[in-house]
Amino acid sequence: MRGPGLAGIVGGVIVRDLTLAGRRPVDVMTAVIFFVIVVSLFPLAVGPESRTLATIAPGVVWVAALLASMLSLGRLFNADYADGTLEQMLLAPQPLSLIVLGKVAAHWLVAGAPLVLISPLLGLQFGLPAEGLAMLALALLLGTPALSLVGALGAALTIGVRGGGALVSLLVLPLCVPVLIFGAGAVEAAVSGMDAGAHLSLLGAFLVMALCFGPWVTAAALRIALD
Amino acid sequence: MLRGESLAAVRGDRRLFAELNFDLQAGEMLYVGGPNGSGKTTLLRMICGLVLPVAGRVLWGGEDIQSLDDAYRADLLYCGHHTALKDDLTGLENLRFASMLGGRPVNEDEALAALERMGMFEVADLPARVMSQGQKRRVNLARLLLTRARLWVLDEPFTALDAAAVEALRATLADHLRAGGMLVLTTHQQASFDGITVRHVEMGQ
Repeated sequence: MRGPGLAGIVGGVIVRDLTLAGRRPVDVMTAVIFFVIVVSLFPLAVGPESRTLATIAPGVVWVAALLASMLSLGRLFNADYADGTLEQMLLAPQPLSLIVLGKVAAHWLVAGAPLVLISPLLGLQFGLPAEGLAMLALALLLGTPALSLVGALGAALTIGVRGGGALVSLLVLPLCVPVLIFGAGAVEAAVSGMDAGAHLSLLGAFLVMALCFGPWVTAAALRIALD
Repeated sequence: MLRGESLAAVRGDRRLFAELNFDLQAGEMLYVGGPNGSGKTTLLRMICGLVLPVAGRVLWGGEDIQSLDDAYRADLLYCGHHTALKDDLTGLENLRFASMLGGRPVNEDEALAALERMGMFEVADLPARVMSQGQKRRVNLARLLLTRARLWVLDEPFTALDAAAVEALRATLADHLRAGGMLVLTTHQQASFDGITVRHVEMGQ
């Protein structure tokens, strides 16, 4: 039987979700613009004192990234649930966790990767030194996929719930605290000239753990949600 | 091949059905009848493994579908109430992604040929958003022409179809049954095929 390989199904789902995102560019831009605006509000509100700004920069960017990735989570499964395509995914002969992995990867490419790319530019507003800017992007590169993976679990648990968006944030934000601590910590360490290796290792460990268990647990949550 | 053994379902605190049995062999059709709200859709979703029975089990080739898991789903095609189309994708894209998820990717020519046989060639490049309900149904049902699944579970497949499309669908279903496929169907239309054994399950009794 000619069937898509295991990589084929992940790739197929990524292509599908990216195509869908491409048809609705406004939805994609909302999260990115939200991120830019929230981060830009702080220099305006706190004032131009460059030492204060450099101190708060890692925390501000990370909190904004966390909130921006929450924004788009509501759509991750709910749209597919409403039109019945999620049901078809549950009936696919391939493991559901791989389909979830594909959806999360597409979500990250649309909602997480742009934050990584744009973060050094935003860091400049806070007067972060060059090593801080590089570390900010690197930490976000490790941290945002973990946020998408953990967020997918929250999105799966709140399928079909009215006002699920706020509920997702309540469920997911506490789980994201470790990412926030080590992500912001890595940047602070780099700015103050210390070694950020430990923070990055812990971020990486969190990502690997989320990658191993996230799709699997999310798949189980989806099966329960559609029963 | 497909057996239901003393199945029971509960929705909320209401018992939909209990002690429900059926047995379906290759080339046979199972007709699920009954009034609205009697649990027809729940039974169909249970046969697909989407709903877990509170009692009893569904067997495929003598094995519980819960233990067969992915192997069972490769033999299964389900069309539910939803048309399962993405509004932002064209008819062609929808059909190709649906086939990919169903475990059998098709190329553009195969998908176009299936749409043409369903009389939906002209909507191949239209987003599903602008299709009528009947057109969406027919694009979704074009999956039947591309699948290799042996068991088709169709929930009210004739809804919103015009007379010509109903006839085309009936011919597709008859071909499937004559080729040794199995069919589980709910419909308020007349559904019988020459020379095909039809088993009945009446719900709500």
